[in-house]
Amino acid sequence: MATVYYTTDHEYVSVDGDVAAIGITEHAQEALGDIVFVEVPETGKSFAKGDDAAVVESVKAASDVFAPVAGEVVEVNGDLADNPSLVNEDAQGKAWFFKLKLSNKTELDGLMDADAYAKFVEESA
Amino acid sequence: MSMNKQGRPTTPAPARSSGTAGDRNNGGGDVAPETFSGNRGLSLEEPLLFEVGNLNSCGVDLPQPLDCAPRLGTLARETPIGLPGLSEPETMRHYVRLSQKNYSIDGGLYPLGSCTMKHNPRLNEKMARLPGFADVHPLQPQKTVQGALELIETLGGWLTEITGMAAVAMSPKAGAHGELCGMMAIKAAHLAKLKRSGTAGGAIANNSAAAAAAVAAAPKTVLVPESAHGTNPATAALIGYKVKTIPADADGTVRVDAVRAAIDDDTAAIMLTNPNTCGLFERDIVEIAKAIHDAGAYFYCDGANLNAIMGKAKPGDLGVDAMHINLHKTFSTPHGGGGPGAGPVVLSEALAPYAPVPFIVRDGGGFRLVEEASGAHEYGTGHDTPQQNAADPFGRLTAFHGQMGMFVRALSYMMSHGGDGLQQASEDAVLNANYVRAGLRDLFSQPFGDKPCMHEVLFDDSFLAGTGVTTLDFAKAMIDEGYHPMTMYFPLVVHGAMLVEPTESESKHALDEFIASLRALAIAAKAGDVDRFTSAPKFAPRKRLDETRAARSPRLRWQEDASS
Repeated sequence: MATVYYTTDHEYVSVDGDVAAIGITEHAQEALGDIVFVEVPETGKSFAKGDDAAVVESVKAASDVFAPVAGEVVEVNGDLADNPSLVNEDAQGKAWFFKLKLSNKTELDGLMDADAYAKFVEESA
Repeated sequence: MSMNKQGRPTTPAPARSSGTAGDRNNGGGDVAPETFSGNRGLSLEEPLLFEVGNLNSCGVDLPQPLDCAPRLGTLARETPIGLPGLSEPETMRHYVRLSQKNYSIDGGLYPLGSCTMKHNPRLNEKMARLPGFADVHPLQPQKTVQGALELIETLGGWLTEITGMAAVAMSPKAGAHGELCGMMAIKAAHLAKLKRSGTAGGAIANNSAAAAAAVAAAPKTVLVPESAHGTNPATAALIGYKVKTIPADADGTVRVDAVRAAIDDDTAAIMLTNPNTCGLFERDIVEIAKAIHDAGAYFYCDGANLNAIMGKAKPGDLGVDAMHINLHKTFSTPHGGGGPGAGPVVLSEALAPYAPVPFIVRDGGGFRLVEEASGAHEYGTGHDTPQQNAADPFGRLTAFHGQMGMFVRALSYMMSHGGDGLQQASEDAVLNANYVRAGLRDLFSQPFGDKPCMHEVLFDDSFLAGTGVTTLDFAKAMIDEGYHPMTMYFPLVVHGAMLVEPTESESKHALDEFIASLRALAIAAKAGDVDRFTSAPKFAPRKRLDETRAARSPRLRWQEDASS
């Protein structure tokens, strides 16, 4: 069973062992509106925490997706290039962007759990 | 007295039911009746060129080629070229009809915030068409274009005077290109500083090892406020800088404390717009400039909003090191399709030596384009300008010296206004924006409180909360009212932003009509007339477009089968 963490930039980190699937939250996809383009990183690329990792573009705006934690990209979601609307349909399920092999699991401690994120969204609304 | 005996009605028949032709203009019906042709009176449907012309015919008669053996050999095309054949009248009508569907500053008020859509005076056009300016070629011998060079030099002089800066690079072709120019000068200045300090006696080291060491040691971060134009971070990233975002204060401006907190050893520059994209003057600008300079960094000012401060504040006095000037905004040359842009960059004394070639120098009684200045001090000291004294250009940005046609227009604007006129243009632009603000403040919502703005006024969408109408819907309804919408959803720091910039071109009468339309729309939205907005535009050549589908599956090329 994966444990899901959240960032203040509206990314989620779904951790399973030492690999984490990263995408944007349900709240983020709703705020962005219809997603029209997603660019995912290349497999093998390494990120430090906070690096620009992916790009998501909706009819309203283009946004960077940051690496919420450090790690190496082990898998990317190729479906998103052809079908960016998947993000609107299933942001926190099928529409993960990329998977990182975590290089420092203690970084997860600085992220929010589902309840804390829900509260964060409510407060910043 | 002549009589109308032919049964020809001379007044329109009274409207019989909703959906008759008259209703559209009277606002009585939602949909005008269909015609057999698809045209509606003077509003003509226009197909694509490929649909007008036949791929198998030629629109003009050409003489038969002489009977000679082709020499193309295997390079000769074997398949049809696939271009439509149109006659001259067909081609003419195509483009005229397209132009009639367009909204332009010549046709109406164009309140697109941050774009400064001011009137393009006809005097400018007259001057630009003088054969001595219109027909010059960039490769003409310089002695035959002394007048053109003098014009460029004079314009550069006005620009440095207005901005209080030491030098100017005239060649950048538009705002973002100017940003690139300014940031490349900043990068070159950092490298030159490091190269100098890396060798004994301060002599300039040109060897590659010193150069590489300088590149490695040079600062790599550029600070950009979150309300910036998107081109700012894009420009910084394009030449290899990392972008660090500075948050705005609750009042919509950047405070010096936030800048100080962001500065570190790796800071190369800040890119700041003043007035900023919220239409507010950055009050901390002098302190921000000092903090940046104390850190050994440079201050790039985005000059997109110069129209608000021209003749009132000199960026040079505010501590700016580089700033582009959109001639097509502040100095009334046409935007986009009306002609190429031009984005000269003014530079402080510190950056002047790194200005790109070519630049113009006074030489004896005439003017000379300096095309090459490799290495510093080619001109020695004792010249008029720092650009000449220590020329060490970062390179060349464009093939030639800039947009001559725009230079003529911009200088026409400046000289026809004079210094006092330019100052008044800024004052009127700010007055007009505040007139719109005052006319709408009770119905619209201002994100940073009810206080004066500069040349553009920013609203957010909180006045539409609960109505079911979004900023996009509101903008679309403005099209039905006959206005080009304001800038929407920018700046990003404000929710559902509506950025209105009327410019000084508009009369009080025009502004009153505009305000009345916007007030009526706001009242309609609050009264629950949602359909007026969500189904708008009803009266445009095309109705509401499916933006999502257009972005997800764009058809960018005409295909024969797609049209049939």
